[in-house]
Amino acid sequence: MKLTLKVWRQKDGDSRGEFATYQANDINPDMSFLEMLDEVNESLLARGEEPIAFDSDCREGICGACSMVINGLPHGGRKATTACQLHMRLFEDGETVTVEPWRARAFPVVRDLIVDRSGFDRIIQAGGFVSVSTGGAQDANVIPIPKPDAELAMDAAQCIGCGACVAACKNASAMLFVAAKVSHLAILPQGRVEKNRRVLRMVEAMDSEGFGNCTVTGSCEAVCPKEISLNFITRLNQEYAVALLKSTGQSAR
Amino acid sequence: MNTLNRRCSSSLGKKYVMAVTGLALFGFVVAHMVGNLQIFLGREILNGYGAFLKSKPLLLWGARLGLICLVSLHVWAAIRLTQDNRAARPVAYAVQASISASYASRTMLMSGLIVASFIVFHLMHFTLGGVDPEFLEFRDGAGRHDVYRMVVAGFSTPIVSIFYFVGMALLCLHLSHGVSALFQSLGLRTGHWVRAIDLFAKAAALTIFVGNCSIPLAVLIGLLK
Repeated sequence: MKLTLKVWRQKDGDSRGEFATYQANDINPDMSFLEMLDEVNESLLARGEEPIAFDSDCREGICGACSMVINGLPHGGRKATTACQLHMRLFEDGETVTVEPWRARAFPVVRDLIVDRSGFDRIIQAGGFVSVSTGGAQDANVIPIPKPDAELAMDAAQCIGCGACVAACKNASAMLFVAAKVSHLAILPQGRVEKNRRVLRMVEAMDSEGFGNCTVTGSCEAVCPKEISLNFITRLNQEYAVALLKSTGQSAR
Repeated sequence: MNTLNRRCSSSLGKKYVMAVTGLALFGFVVAHMVGNLQIFLGREILNGYGAFLKSKPLLLWGARLGLICLVSLHVWAAIRLTQDNRAARPVAYAVQASISASYASRTMLMSGLIVASFIVFHLMHFTLGGVDPEFLEFRDGAGRHDVYRMVVAGFSTPIVSIFYFVGMALLCLHLSHGVSALFQSLGLRTGHWVRAIDLFAKAAALTIFVGNCSIPLAVLIGLLK
């Protein structure tokens, strides 16, 4: 296969970036998108040019490191697929493919396709945890959890924090990410204790990072490689409303 | 109080304002349509309804002030949220693609602004007499304001009626997304309700379009005269 690649090149956060065009020849259709980029980088190195910088780690769709907008859609926009799991056979021979970094004020470009996603870490630090340190895990089934709750919590916990939701949202909103993190803890008894404080703090952190607001377009859910449902955003809205009322009632104490 | 203030003006807080005011305005649109459809029951009933509303000045002005507050809050939240959203993506994508997002959901601001300008015209037309001051002087046999004659006269000009059709089409578009999104923002669009709410939003939007457009259409084809 042959492809024409238009790739965003930017030296660092302070530099102006621009698209560079590369010809990728001899692409094996069984390669992943990242392997294809590896090949392109090999040829760039051979010519003495700077390779394209991009994030990747596990390359099996579970770490959330890879982050690139391919032809206008994060991870290429294929259902439940990260860029590392996106195969070249899905592209047309001779196609022109445009590759851009995540675009959001909260995700500044570090270099080429790499963005700084530490905003997500700061949201987690604001409350995305259970603050007990009680030694080893207790016996399974000591705390009975209804099966539907366990499954729902696991659905939310699948979020790998890749940021595709932010990248796809027309408002660069991080609601789906925050909703997943708030939900997987709030649904289970261990996390329920701190649910009000958690949701208030995480939303506050989300706002201060400069993410946009949810306008319920559903783009986030459509591109999420872990298929996190928009219903978790409903849950976040609900949790926040309840927490707002409760915390306001308690603020005199 | 400070904390409450801060949290109510958070991203989610503003969405609650948007949703609650949107719900109330939606309620008004439904009631307004039902009230106006009485035109099909004849001059007597419609003029009686008009006189009834005018006979309760406290209620009428309470409702008017309430509506002004609701619209102001709705527009305030829309402006603030849009500013945040624009700021959140300073650099646009070179390739613009959209996935899953409906046309209505992507154009809420535009449809909202056009509907707002339509409302201004509508008020000038039938409430303030800005288009034709004569309209407010029409009297029926019982000495009441002849609302029926005003509506028929108002819609007899095709260009005005066409503007109403366009306004209603955009309101329909706005509501088809807004009515389901407001339940989402309030955290009520969950589980089995998702499909029901989405269906309700589309059905309600269409009903409002058909119901409201039926009046100028009936005038244009000579059904009401």
